[in-house]
Amino acid sequence: MFEHYLGIFLKAVFIENLALSFFLGMCTFLAVSQKVGTAAGLGLAVVFVQAITIPINNLIYQFVLKKGALAWAGLPDVDLTFLGLITYIGVIAALVQILEMALDKYVPKLYNALGIFLPLITVNCAILGGSLFMVERDYSFGDSCVYGVGSGIGWALAIIGLAGIRERMQYSNIPPGLRGLGITFITAGLMAMAFMLFSGIQL
Amino acid sequence: MNEYRKALIDPIFNNNPIGLQILGICSALAVTTKLETAIVMSLSVTFVTALASLSVSVIRNHLPSSIRILGQMTIIASLVIIADQFLRAYVYDVSKQLSVFVGLIITNCIVLGRTEGFALKNPPLLSFIDGIGNGLGYSVVLLLVAAIRELFGSGKLLGFTVFRLTRDGGWYPANGLFLLAPSAFILIGLLIWALRTWKPDQMED
Repeated sequence: MFEHYLGIFLKAVFIENLALSFFLGMCTFLAVSQKVGTAAGLGLAVVFVQAITIPINNLIYQFVLKKGALAWAGLPDVDLTFLGLITYIGVIAALVQILEMALDKYVPKLYNALGIFLPLITVNCAILGGSLFMVERDYSFGDSCVYGVGSGIGWALAIIGLAGIRERMQYSNIPPGLRGLGITFITAGLMAMAFMLFSGIQL
Repeated sequence: MNEYRKALIDPIFNNNPIGLQILGICSALAVTTKLETAIVMSLSVTFVTALASLSVSVIRNHLPSSIRILGQMTIIASLVIIADQFLRAYVYDVSKQLSVFVGLIITNCIVLGRTEGFALKNPPLLSFIDGIGNGLGYSVVLLLVAAIRELFGSGKLLGFTVFRLTRDGGWYPANGLFLLAPSAFILIGLLIWALRTWKPDQMED
C-alpha cells in the first residue's frame, strides 16, 4: 500500500512533471521566474492549492459526475461527465477565493508571503490539468491526495530551478533577439531534457 | 474598415500571442508532435476565442466589473464544452490524442486575455474579428512547430511519408528527439529569435 502511494508520488514529482513534460502552467512558469524568491512563493501556493483541489474534485467526480454515481439519489442512469470542465473550474475558482480569505484571517504571515499569487492560480492550467489527469487516470481518493501534493511539488521544483538559472543568466551576453523570452524557452527545453533522465525509472 | 483589417492581421506577426504576449503557451507545446492534432487544436482555440470575445463584448455593458472574471469563465467554459463534445462526436481519435488539452482551453490565457483586454472595451464585431486574428496568430506558430516536429521526428506530414525512414529501407534516420518534450521548447525559442530578428522592435532589453 505504502509502495503504491510512493510510486504515484515519485511519478508525479519527477517522471510526469507537470511543467516540464506536460507543459502545464507555462504562462506563469515563464512570466514569474525572474527571481528565486517570488518563484518559491508561487510554487508554495501551487502545492497548497493542488493538495486541496484535486482531492475535492475527486470526491465530486466520484459521487456526483461519474456515470452511475448518482445511484444514491435514485438516479442510476444519469451521466453528468460532460459537466466536468465547468464544475472543476468553478470548484477551483471558489476554493482559491475561500483559501485567500481564510489565510488572510488566520495565517496573515503566509497570506502576505503568497500575496498576489493566489488569484493568479485560478487561471494556471497546472491546477485544472491536475484535476483532469486525476479523472482520466481514475485515481481513488487516497491516490488523488498523494497525486495532488506530488504534482504541486514537481511544478514548484521546476519553477524554482528555472528561476535559479535565470538569475545567473543576467550576467551573460545573449544575442539581442534571443534575450528575454527566447532564451528562457531554450533554458526550459534543456531542463526538460535533464528531467527526461527520470523517465527510464521503473516503479 | 481599416481597424477591422488591423484587428485581424496584427496578431499574426506584429503582436503574436505566443511570440510577444506570452499567452497560451502550454497547449502550444503539448499538441505539436503531429500536424493533425495541431490543426484540430488551432481550429478549436480560434472557435472559442472568437465566440467568447463576441459574447463577452455583447454583454459588456451589463456585466458588473466585480464578477466579470466569473462571467467570462462561465462563457468560456460553456464554449469549450461545446468544442469538446463536438470533437468527441466527429473526430474521436484525435480527441483521444489531445486528451486533457481540449479542456485546458478554458485556462488558455489567450482566450481570457483577449476577452479581458479587448472585448470588454470594444464593440461586438470588432471583438469577434480580434478573436479570430489572435486565434490565427496562435495557429501560425502551432502549425509551424508541428510541421517541423512531425517532418523531422517521423519523416511524415499529416501521416503521409515525405522522408522515407531507414527502418523502411529509405535514407532518413528518424530523429526521435523531435517527438519529445524538450524539442518543442527549443523550437519555439528559436522561432521567437527568428521573429525578433525580422522585426527588431519586438526585442526585450
